[in-house]
Amino acid sequence: MIVGEGTAFRYIGKKRRTKEDPRFVMGRGRFVADIALPGMKHVALVASPYPSARILSIRTQAALALPGVHYVLTGEEFCAATDSLAIGVDTPKVTRYALAKDVVRYAGEWVAAVVADTRAIAEDAAELIEVDYEPTPHVIDPEQAVAAGSPLVHPAHGSNVLFHRRFVWGPVEQAFAKAEHQLALRVRWGRSATVPIETFGVAAQWDPGQQILDVWASIQMPKYPDQAARALRLPGNAVRVHYDVDVGGSYGVKRGIKHTVLVGYLARRLGMPVRLIEDRLENMRGGDAHGPDRVFDMQVAFDSDGTLTALKIRALDDVGAYAGRAPLQLGKPVSAICGPYRIAAVEYEPTSVMTHKTPQEAVRGFGQSPTNFALERTIDHVARQLGMDAIELRRKNLIRKDEFPYRIPSGSSYDSGDYHTVLDKALAAIGYPALVAERDAARRAGRLAGIGISTCLEPSGGNSAFEPLFNPKNDTTTWMESCLVRVDLSGAITGVMNTSSSGQGHESLVSTVIGEVLERDPAGIRVVRADSLSALPSNSPVGSRMAIMLGGAAAGAARKIKETLIEIAAHNLHCTTETIEYHDGNVAVRGHPEQCMTWDQLVAIAHRKFHQMPAGLEPGLQAKFVWEVPTGGALPTADGVVQIYPCYAFETHIVYVEIDPETAKPSLRKYVCGHDCGVMINPDIVHGMTYGGIAHGIGAALYEKFAYTEDGQLESGTFMDYLIPSAMEVPTIAIVDHCTPSPLTTFGQKGSGEAGYLGAPAAVANAINDALAPLGASIETLPITQDDLWRVIETAKSSTA
Amino acid sequence: MKAASFEYVRAASVGEACELLRQDGDAIKLIAGGQSLVPMMAMRLARPSRLVDINEIAGLKFVAPEADVVRIGACTRQCVLERDDALAARVPLLRQALAWVGHVQTRNRGTIGGSLAHADPAAELPLAAQVLSARMMLRSTAGVRAVPANEFFTGPLATALEPHECLEEIHWQVWPGHRTGSAFTEVSRRHGDFAIVAAAAQVTVDDDGRCTRASFGLGGGGQTPLAFPGLAAHLLGTRLDAAIVQSVAKDAAIELDPGNDLHASAGYRKRLAAVLAARVLHAAYEKAFTPSPALPRKAGEGNVLGSTQ
Amino acid sequence: MSEKLYAISVVVNGMERKAQVPARLTLVDWLREELRLTGTHVGCEHGICGACSIMLDGEPVRSCLMYAVLADGHRVTTVEGLAQPDGSLSVLQDSFCQLHGLQCGYCTPGMLIAAQGLLDATPHPSDEQIREAIGGNLCRCTGYQQIVDAVKHAAARLAEGSLSPRGRGTG
Repeated sequence: MIVGEGTAFRYIGKKRRTKEDPRFVMGRGRFVADIALPGMKHVALVASPYPSARILSIRTQAALALPGVHYVLTGEEFCAATDSLAIGVDTPKVTRYALAKDVVRYAGEWVAAVVADTRAIAEDAAELIEVDYEPTPHVIDPEQAVAAGSPLVHPAHGSNVLFHRRFVWGPVEQAFAKAEHQLALRVRWGRSATVPIETFGVAAQWDPGQQILDVWASIQMPKYPDQAARALRLPGNAVRVHYDVDVGGSYGVKRGIKHTVLVGYLARRLGMPVRLIEDRLENMRGGDAHGPDRVFDMQVAFDSDGTLTALKIRALDDVGAYAGRAPLQLGKPVSAICGPYRIAAVEYEPTSVMTHKTPQEAVRGFGQSPTNFALERTIDHVARQLGMDAIELRRKNLIRKDEFPYRIPSGSSYDSGDYHTVLDKALAAIGYPALVAERDAARRAGRLAGIGISTCLEPSGGNSAFEPLFNPKNDTTTWMESCLVRVDLSGAITGVMNTSSSGQGHESLVSTVIGEVLERDPAGIRVVRADSLSALPSNSPVGSRMAIMLGGAAAGAARKIKETLIEIAAHNLHCTTETIEYHDGNVAVRGHPEQCMTWDQLVAIAHRKFHQMPAGLEPGLQAKFVWEVPTGGALPTADGVVQIYPCYAFETHIVYVEIDPETAKPSLRKYVCGHDCGVMINPDIVHGMTYGGIAHGIGAALYEKFAYTEDGQLESGTFMDYLIPSAMEVPTIAIVDHCTPSPLTTFGQKGSGEAGYLGAPAAVANAINDALAPLGASIETLPITQDDLWRVIETAKSSTA
Repeated sequence: MKAASFEYVRAASVGEACELLRQDGDAIKLIAGGQSLVPMMAMRLARPSRLVDINEIAGLKFVAPEADVVRIGACTRQCVLERDDALAARVPLLRQALAWVGHVQTRNRGTIGGSLAHADPAAELPLAAQVLSARMMLRSTAGVRAVPANEFFTGPLATALEPHECLEEIHWQVWPGHRTGSAFTEVSRRHGDFAIVAAAAQVTVDDDGRCTRASFGLGGGGQTPLAFPGLAAHLLGTRLDAAIVQSVAKDAAIELDPGNDLHASAGYRKRLAAVLAARVLHAAYEKAFTPSPALPRKAGEGNVLGSTQ
Repeated sequence: MSEKLYAISVVVNGMERKAQVPARLTLVDWLREELRLTGTHVGCEHGICGACSIMLDGEPVRSCLMYAVLADGHRVTTVEGLAQPDGSLSVLQDSFCQLHGLQCGYCTPGMLIAAQGLLDATPHPSDEQIREAIGGNLCRCTGYQQIVDAVKHAAARLAEGSLSPRGRGTG
């Protein structure tokens, strides 16, 4: 059921204070490290210094002898007592545990865990543990890792390739054969991640009386309790995850399943509550939260008038030494494989490869941002080759608003959009013609100046059909979400959500939606979280799905409450439900306003006056709503064609950069983002996340890299070397909104959790390259550092000298 | 990242601190602002058996302008120095350098002595000390000895401080002459980060605009911050026109032997060195001498700050 | 446990707190674990992220870079001490809510301390000054835009002496 276009919302879309902000500004958030369980013990880790080695021996006596130390756990015991963690692709020989057994596969991999009275003592003890290693050959470069003769990260698997497939959607070869032009391009997306300011943490406590493992964690992960239970060899209903822990940012990466199994095991084994809060060193090197690390080989076929006719995308992704869901990050982009462009034929060849590096985890966008970057660089190269304006080229190929729903060759349908209007709005907002003049004047004055643009999609809704796409043995098609709404005896409304949040404002989302449907002020609506044992099913906030799915579930549950109230009213006012008018929770018979009942009266009947209830209606006033993602539920065809995410938000970024030709330092001078995510339920929340996504994107484009030496050592393992942009590096950003509602959702909302991040790196890279264009140079690897810029500038100078 | 255990002593006086250092200087570290030391201890790269807290010693916290020198106590907070207008009038380079040191919060706690004793080759205060030939007063139970900056910084994170010595005061020369100007600049990856290369300069000119005294230096380009007195001497008598400044800056860069690291290659550092040395020299000159309307500007002498910083 | 303990007395949010602490216990860990003032957060433990920012004698500093013993005899204000005496939100805290200058809330206490420090010294800060003042506080959620807006908003309210209604707005 969709609210019609032109409907004026009462609460949705309005500027509203959020539910969450007050507790955080008071310092009364409840993060995992804030939770003190009586008798709680602390874990510190011993990590491998080698990227690849055999473990010959581990001596723990000195550590155990230290006062305050309770236990030292190694892989020997741990890997026998627990099951391997799940991997998203069909690679049963690639096992994964929190602790290494017999071999280590990356520098930073955890080899032993110490449990002590304090974290400080645990670290003292960790230093006393002696591990003998025999280093073995390692491989760091992904292209070497796929080549014959490479050292194998998991010899039992037989190769370093976790996944490889060549998808051909549409007449690709024919299109290339008859195209007037083609070009080939290699771009690289460097290894970075969203690195939240709060590291991952988990505390667990085993209750032997009830045989329940209670877990508190800084978590953002689908099927977390289930995977924890399975690995711990516990029944699913023996793990209770408390979702009311505030998560200090995640943006994908807080998937600490290995930490959880470790701590859960220790808590049970030792009979005491145990917690592990990663310190920053553990987090950066051993937290398994790195992001995509890709080499893209792009080929595009196009005509002289700029029409793009076909694409070939080869993507090699280095997932590190183990893989959870990481290989699937090559699959999500299938849902928008040709971007916002009308391209009828696409070939996509993803390869997921292992190397001796820290494992990769889900990062905001789940692979879409690197793909958008590769696509947008390709577009700019086409424009350059044709001597065509980069914006005009995009205009020509962008799907037009009258073409929706638009089905792309890989099987997903784009629900709605008006890309040209958003583009126009952004160009107007930045004052594009004047900006071009400004750039040209800067160039005449001897500065390097460039304008970059990106037009990108944000697939949203979380139909993770790339799971069966990449692993036919995994026939999962259910991507559901739920909400329970209760009205209590006093008439107060409570919404119950069933997963954790990390700053997305879900409590505000749910209360606003419930308030909209029930026409009651969201300020009085409380939103709480069930724990995993009392929760309705949820797939957690991933894939920009919550506005759609949780919003839809809250609306569905609220609607049921409203229907119940109308039924009670009709029964008591002796009329049909069709003649009942509902306003603000009060009811009246149409045309007879004196025949009315109040919210309080209806609530009282529902809760206390069974004698006034219509037959067959449940007493009390509560409703649950559990639903499947719209357009979901289908398995891929043999050709790999399937509808993935249902709703598509659109963003265009326009960036103006100047580079000091003498110091090679770039400076982002102007930044406008045009954004269309359909109906925004809370504009401040949406804008906030978009600004944040852009900051993440600027980091990926210019500053952030998990850099490895040839020896497999992580060079940027602290915040001194892994450079997160501050308020001085992120420019003032202007967002211009547009709204093409989705026809598939309750209020026309689309997801926007990844907004900004999906288009910023592409736009910044394009701007830098526009600035370098007069030098005849380009840089196709992210992050683009000052050193890279200096090299290019020097080379250009000496070649023109 | 919890530090290894250590003992703690709060010293009430410099004498007490020195006595403790005399007894056990190799195993003791003095702690002032802690902005450099504590992270190292958190990573267990530094493991002193005892920390001697000198933060509460009033005798180490002062700014004392004298006739031709300003004496500054080693434990004076960087933020206090930043705000001191009298100091800025006499030793303007310090306020200029401090603007680039870390962030507000680190300057609220960090001390001038701490930064100098830590001796990071890319740090701003050591560079200022080098360029201005500041004199370090090193105290021990045996007395005080003065060490000029160019002998104080001996290598990366290494100084002439003996294990039993404590940096007590730093003496900064006040350059006479009413036409003295200074400038400090650096290039880093992000605002507040360690400099990839930093440059500082101070010049005095006569009423004709001719240079009568000059000093400049570079940080981040070698084992210690470096001053170039020999090259600076070439500027005497000139008006720091573009050609001479360019030449001097280029020669300074040639003298450097910077390393490669994650953030910058040696080649980039040398390039930055030449560019930034020239920029600070021009900027210092501009501050020292703004020609009166009667004197026409010479061709080629534009406003150096017109280019993108 | 045989680690030597040292007596300290620190005025925290206006109240004198006495304790016996190991030398290596950082100020942030003491505040959080012993005093249970968990509003101040740990993000890096090496002085870069600013999540641990508190006021020491009225000025913002990184509490992960101080040992609790160093704070003996000094005054500490944490985020819990920013509210008005009657417990209602400060103008700055309220502006952060009004302008949604936060999302996950993890960097927020540090941001508030840094911003309050700025407003105490510079009542009419420019955007550039705001960005510089929070330049040592990293945020991964907001991209800083709404934080800067919130600080500006608070500065304007303080400047006009406006005592707009305290507490929650029309939520």
